[in-house]
Amino acid sequence: MGSVSVAPMVACDSSFMIKSLFTFKLPGMDYEFHLNTTHVALLIVSVFILIVAVIARIKLNKVNSEDTPGMFMNIIELIVEMLQTMVEGLMGKNTSKFVNYLSTLFLFLIISNIAGLFGLRPPTADYGVTLSLGLITFFLIHFNGIKKNKGKHFTALFQPIWFLFPINVIGEFAVPLSLSLRLFGNIMSGTVLMGLIYDLLKPFTVAYPAVLHAYFDLFSGCIQAYVFCMLTMVYVNDKIADE
Amino acid sequence: MNISGQEFISAMSAIGAGIAMIAGVGPGIGQGIAAGHGASAVGRNPGAKSAITSTMLLGQAVAETTGLYGFAVAIILMFVKPFG
Repeated sequence: MGSVSVAPMVACDSSFMIKSLFTFKLPGMDYEFHLNTTHVALLIVSVFILIVAVIARIKLNKVNSEDTPGMFMNIIELIVEMLQTMVEGLMGKNTSKFVNYLSTLFLFLIISNIAGLFGLRPPTADYGVTLSLGLITFFLIHFNGIKKNKGKHFTALFQPIWFLFPINVIGEFAVPLSLSLRLFGNIMSGTVLMGLIYDLLKPFTVAYPAVLHAYFDLFSGCIQAYVFCMLTMVYVNDKIADE
Repeated sequence: MNISGQEFISAMSAIGAGIAMIAGVGPGIGQGIAAGHGASAVGRNPGAKSAITSTMLLGQAVAETTGLYGFAVAIILMFVKPFG
């Protein structure tokens, strides 16, 4: 071994890496399963959305047409209306078919992306999560394309001229890849930067990370959630739009 | 001083990660151009501010993709260490 001692990379133990919290083995399988920070954060985010949704539903059932809605109901109405206009602006008359999925996606993404503010590791900073979302979009695009255009969906791959077929196929498969990498890259870069600031600049970390949190978690997270939903809508609408 | 192969690979991975982040130049220029044109469009037609803003953000997010590919390569070189 050489005389130059390369210290193990300091950042490797930083707080932005995915950590295994609990290891277990299933009987009969020769593989160790890990419960890591992504699972816990995903569970917390899902349970939070579920609780808010259930409360909203219960309140909605009890509401009378005479009395004025309270604070909570106003906020829920604001969110639902905002999502409705967002989807309607792009999808037009197909809104009712997609508004449920896109609203769920948007709420999930926005809460996942700002989870860094609450001390969790954002679930979207794990490529497994974003790739699954990208694949859902991929199947949504092609399911709707085949349903709408039948055989024309596949002949469109040969469209301008037949030898562009391989490039068209690569273009179709690049959609989920670029969608998932965009979301992952943005959130991961924010997480890495915040982790480096908290770990490596520890003595100097006074108050100013708040500004960076506002940018990397709030601004970037909201923009990316919006962009992911927008691009999903654009791609799906591209396939189902009337000529 | 002599450097072992393992250490050499670590050092070169770090340098490679730094070089990969040069990819950030392109999206920076592209997003700046998009934001500048967005600002001039709002100046010409302030009524269409929200439509211009959402179009601009969408275009910027798409332009950002190549930079994020560079970032993914850098992250893989630094933390996944495929070469050692």
